[in-house]
Amino acid sequence: MLNWIIQGASSYAGQIDNVIVIIAVLGGFWLILAEVALFYFVMKYRRSRAPKAMHVTGYEHEYKKWIHWPHYLVIACDLVILVFAARAWYHVKQSMPEHIDEDIRVVGHQWAWEFVHQGADGKLGTADDINLVDELHVTVNKTYRFHLESADVLHSFSIPRFRLKQDAVPGREIIGWFTPTIAGTYDVPCSQMCGLGHGIMGGRIFVETEAEHRLWLDSVTGKTAANPAHGLGKLASTQGGN
Amino acid sequence: MTTHASADHAHGADNHGHHELTFLQKYVFSTDHKVIGLQYFMTGVFMGVLGALASYVFRMQMAFPGASVPGFGLVTPQIYNQMVTNHGTIMIFWFAMPVLIAAFGNYLIPLMIGCDDMVFPRLNRLSYQIFLFSAVLLIASFFVPYGGFGGAWTSYPPLASNPVYNQTPYGAPMWLGAVALEFVAFLLGGINFITTLMNARAPGMKMYDIPMVVWMIVIASILFMASVGPLIAGAAMLLFDQTLGTGFFDPARGGDPLLWEHLFWFFGHPEVYVVLLPAMGIVAEVLTVFARKKLFAYRTVLWTAVATGVLSFFVWAHHQFVAGIDPRMANIFTVTTLLISVPITEMSFVYIGTLYGASIQLSTPMLFAIAFIVEFLIGGVTGIFLGASGADIYFHDTYFVLAHFHYTFVPIAVIAVFAGVYHWFPKMFGRYMNDTWGRIHFWGTAVPFNGIFIPLFYTGMAGDHRRTFDHLNFPDLARADLIFWRQFATVSLLIMLGFQVIFFINFFYSMFRGKKAPANPWNANTFEWVAASPPPHGNFPTLPHCYRGPYEYSVPGRATDFWPQNEPAPKT
Repeated sequence: MLNWIIQGASSYAGQIDNVIVIIAVLGGFWLILAEVALFYFVMKYRRSRAPKAMHVTGYEHEYKKWIHWPHYLVIACDLVILVFAARAWYHVKQSMPEHIDEDIRVVGHQWAWEFVHQGADGKLGTADDINLVDELHVTVNKTYRFHLESADVLHSFSIPRFRLKQDAVPGREIIGWFTPTIAGTYDVPCSQMCGLGHGIMGGRIFVETEAEHRLWLDSVTGKTAANPAHGLGKLASTQGGN
Repeated sequence: MTTHASADHAHGADNHGHHELTFLQKYVFSTDHKVIGLQYFMTGVFMGVLGALASYVFRMQMAFPGASVPGFGLVTPQIYNQMVTNHGTIMIFWFAMPVLIAAFGNYLIPLMIGCDDMVFPRLNRLSYQIFLFSAVLLIASFFVPYGGFGGAWTSYPPLASNPVYNQTPYGAPMWLGAVALEFVAFLLGGINFITTLMNARAPGMKMYDIPMVVWMIVIASILFMASVGPLIAGAAMLLFDQTLGTGFFDPARGGDPLLWEHLFWFFGHPEVYVVLLPAMGIVAEVLTVFARKKLFAYRTVLWTAVATGVLSFFVWAHHQFVAGIDPRMANIFTVTTLLISVPITEMSFVYIGTLYGASIQLSTPMLFAIAFIVEFLIGGVTGIFLGASGADIYFHDTYFVLAHFHYTFVPIAVIAVFAGVYHWFPKMFGRYMNDTWGRIHFWGTAVPFNGIFIPLFYTGMAGDHRRTFDHLNFPDLARADLIFWRQFATVSLLIMLGFQVIFFINFFYSMFRGKKAPANPWNANTFEWVAASPPPHGNFPTLPHCYRGPYEYSVPGRATDFWPQNEPAPKT
């Protein structure tokens, strides 16, 4: 359903969309039922058609059952929703895939994302790390583990196409994962109010094929090999000392 | 508490026994619950207008980014953040709460339980004065150097706690101080409401004879008083962080911003029910009067309200699923959040059930009351998407959330309030509001309201995030359909705001020139309709005695279809 509005592009997008569909169907059923009953009563019991009202306390069994039965059905619907929601949650947030292809570090700053890609050595925190501002390069169908941090205030790492969202909290490293499934370039907005520039804080994620990714890697390794620094210093220099 | 037995207290301007009161004593330093109620109402509505104008400014920026807003000018990111922050703050703390709880509570509780005033009239006056001061402080925060606070109404640190990050060294503490003072005002009011209901009921009025709106306001006050304590402490800590250099919430100094989130939402979620319940109460009164029908299962309504209130203390972390809390906690809070759907659906069904077999007169207040149910159901159902952890990963902090809570808050603070105003206006001022203009105002409010927020569900599903200064900065959001729906929402807002002018003209014109109303214009049962319209100081010539529940409409075997609470049963 959500794909019609915004195409999912990660391995778990479909699962989250399914939760949304299930809630839409069950919630929609109750909503339509309640609204239809309400409008029907308003039409049927207009004073012009029903000059005298009934005296109903609401405790009579014949009337009370209309409240009680739906009430149990609502609990049943809640249980279904709970199962699907908790399964999706467990998959996305509580578990980590067994095989991780690459690690990336994501650092929120006022008001830009800093993305640290592991370089040729396949490790984060080494001299050949590739630091970029507002630009994240990944390969389609590879699984990424991200280490999310913030340098100043709360931010939120959001990739709507992946159905991914996680707040970045200063002083903590929060770990999560994603597997892109469709190549393309997508928005990475900040979704937690972070001050004056919050509304312009948006990176882009480049989901590339293996060949494209290699091309990109070759084009940057020349530039970054000589630069041992990573973290704030690098970011500051790319931002023009701001 | 004295009984004012003299019937010559006409026009509400009375002499409290012996000496003449000056204008100031009557209207500014009054201890009369009705005057204080109207003071709260007028101040709340004034602040509501400010909040609405703020929404005009930022909605124009959303629809036409970068264009100069007519009557305001260019919207910078700083102004945008200030407007968004203060729109939220004002609408919750300075509009919804004062109007729903303080205005209706003060005006209605003593009248509906049949006593002459609140039990602590001076505390009541102090409550309003602190509230008024807090409103002035909030407005003043816009005019200090560097401008008003713009860190969202949730005021998350370290953005809120550190002027280096929020760039409003004066605006932020003033905003926080104003909010804290507003809490104090409502604590004082809450003490008064609860004590008055428990101690000053008319003789014969048992617990299940109390009109639902009174119960709802008092339950709301209890919820507020039980939840706000931690946040007042938190606000003091945040104020220290801002001004004294402490680090309760600043990780750089050993603090933790998540602590604030917990304190805020431990209050913030019960707060939703603090404003919902009085609105439900107002709707119950209007619904029964214009349906000529007993409230369906009074005790069920009351106990579901209590259950909702209790449960609301265990759901707060659904606001923080993706905030960095332990992910295992999300499962627990999904369970409690989904559980709250049970009493709320039950309450909605009971209200719909009240219309079964009714004799419905679609007067202006009734139209608003029915619209409340119609719209609130949408708000309730869309909340399930956000309470279910798996779906919330996507929807969190998008316009879907925004549309959802406006589908709860607008029915609560706008639609139900209008139902209450049209319903009790004849009591407050002794005159009717014009019904034709009331209906025009109704359709001009209810239809554009949907025009604003249905499109925002859509843009939220497409990935529009909240508090974003300009969506066009994000290439995926610069789609033609999204741009169209953002403009559609803004135009709907303009139409809705335009129709409110009709309400204000109708309100003030009717206050002085409206058709004169008798004491009980709607043939209602509750005590406030026994008093004169408007009720004099002291309310009742002789305090009424309560003989039955408040909703005995269309009782078989009676000549009239209503049976006032104060009317003794005929001797058989």
